[in-house]
Amino acid sequence: MFDFSIVTQWFHALLLSFLPEGVAVFLECVIIGLFLLLLYALLACALIFMERKVCAAYQCRLGPNRVGPWGIFQVFADVLKMLTKEIIEIRHADRLLYNLAPYIVVVASVLAFSCLPINKGMEILDFHVGVFFMMAASSIGVVGILLAGWSSNNKYSLIGAMRSGAQMISYELSIGLSIMTVVMLTDTMQFSQIVERQADCWFIFKGHIPALIAFVIYLIAGNAETNRGPFDLPEAESELTAGYHTEYSGMHFGLFYVAEFVNMFIVAGMAATIFLGGWMPFHIPGLDGFNAVMDYIPGFVWFFAKAFFVVFLLMWIKWTFPRLRVDQILHLEWKYLVPIGLVNMLLMAVIVVFNWHF
Amino acid sequence: MQFTLLIVVIITAIALVAVALGIGRAISPRSYNPQKGEAYECGIPTRGASWMQFKVGYYLFAILFLMFDVETVFLFPWAVVLQEMGVAGLVSIIFFLVVLVLGLAYAWKKGALEWK
Repeated sequence: MFDFSIVTQWFHALLLSFLPEGVAVFLECVIIGLFLLLLYALLACALIFMERKVCAAYQCRLGPNRVGPWGIFQVFADVLKMLTKEIIEIRHADRLLYNLAPYIVVVASVLAFSCLPINKGMEILDFHVGVFFMMAASSIGVVGILLAGWSSNNKYSLIGAMRSGAQMISYELSIGLSIMTVVMLTDTMQFSQIVERQADCWFIFKGHIPALIAFVIYLIAGNAETNRGPFDLPEAESELTAGYHTEYSGMHFGLFYVAEFVNMFIVAGMAATIFLGGWMPFHIPGLDGFNAVMDYIPGFVWFFAKAFFVVFLLMWIKWTFPRLRVDQILHLEWKYLVPIGLVNMLLMAVIVVFNWHF
Repeated sequence: MQFTLLIVVIITAIALVAVALGIGRAISPRSYNPQKGEAYECGIPTRGASWMQFKVGYYLFAILFLMFDVETVFLFPWAVVLQEMGVAGLVSIIFFLVVLVLGLAYAWKKGALEWK
């Protein structure tokens, strides 16, 4: 596999050859920040466009098709429109919390996003406790949503935020339990290590039955975690106008929207990393010619292909099922997913201890 | 280097929000109207404050979540060392899980998982 750290080391040495070390590191940090911003914004645009096209296909429509070929510039036009809309300050809101909420939501999603291993040697944040850090970072987003709903001083916002909070914290348990099965298989929590261990076989094949169950639970819980699909009642537009971001307008709203879409990508990227092998190519044992061809495809192509495949699954779920009620959502989590997750975890523990995995 | 990058990522995220909102505020039109400052509740004037006591059902689920989330925190280190510990790790975690499942069963029987 192509190791991206060769490029970063070469670039570091190049900078050091004519700059003092402090300036070189600072410059690298700026470049990393710009790269992250660009990737974040472009991915959000790509996801919004994909969502519209997939939604249109499921509803037998065409979707955006006027701005540019196949409407690919529609999202950019929308961004411009959003920028030129007035940011309305409402009078009875709690100003400080109202303005703080988008910061918290976006910081949480950028932090979680920067944990994803895109290519070998291309992880931005790669802690030893990466899985832990990722879960901690993404759970900060709930605080932002609760703040947004509470500070707006609007009943729709408050109800939306409360539902969202209850739903997101509940489904976090299932995410934790299903990720834990993979941590047991790898005995590490570092994302780059988790991907390295899948060189011979992806975890969804290696851990066979429990890994498959964990993958399905992860998809359901991830869908609920991002407030999408059949679990979108925090912003159910027919009952709550727009849920927790009812009072936000213009770019204020745009940031919530972007963070929501990137959160969906984070869920998909996590699924791709821990279950589907991250940037590892698809190998069939025994077919050396086929494996050699697969090795030529660079890692980030594999990663994005897998992640977008999972994104497509999430969109498929969203546009197929009707919205659930709040009691159904909580019953599904606490009476089905948590017990199944616990039993599944125990099953995986038995399989790992007695070495019954591949 | 990792923690430097963590700070870089946080600053990047804050800059993203600040720049987006800054551009929005700079180029968007402004018009003043007292009606715009009102809360949007589908055109009906707001009655009473929205900062009030809220349904206790959410609180029950938050408590249950707390119990299980702390459990996840304890289980992750165990999951990392499970392969070294072998059968001993499996047996010891079964005791832990039995206590935990008893808690869930109690909450279930008491009706804390019902949405009323």
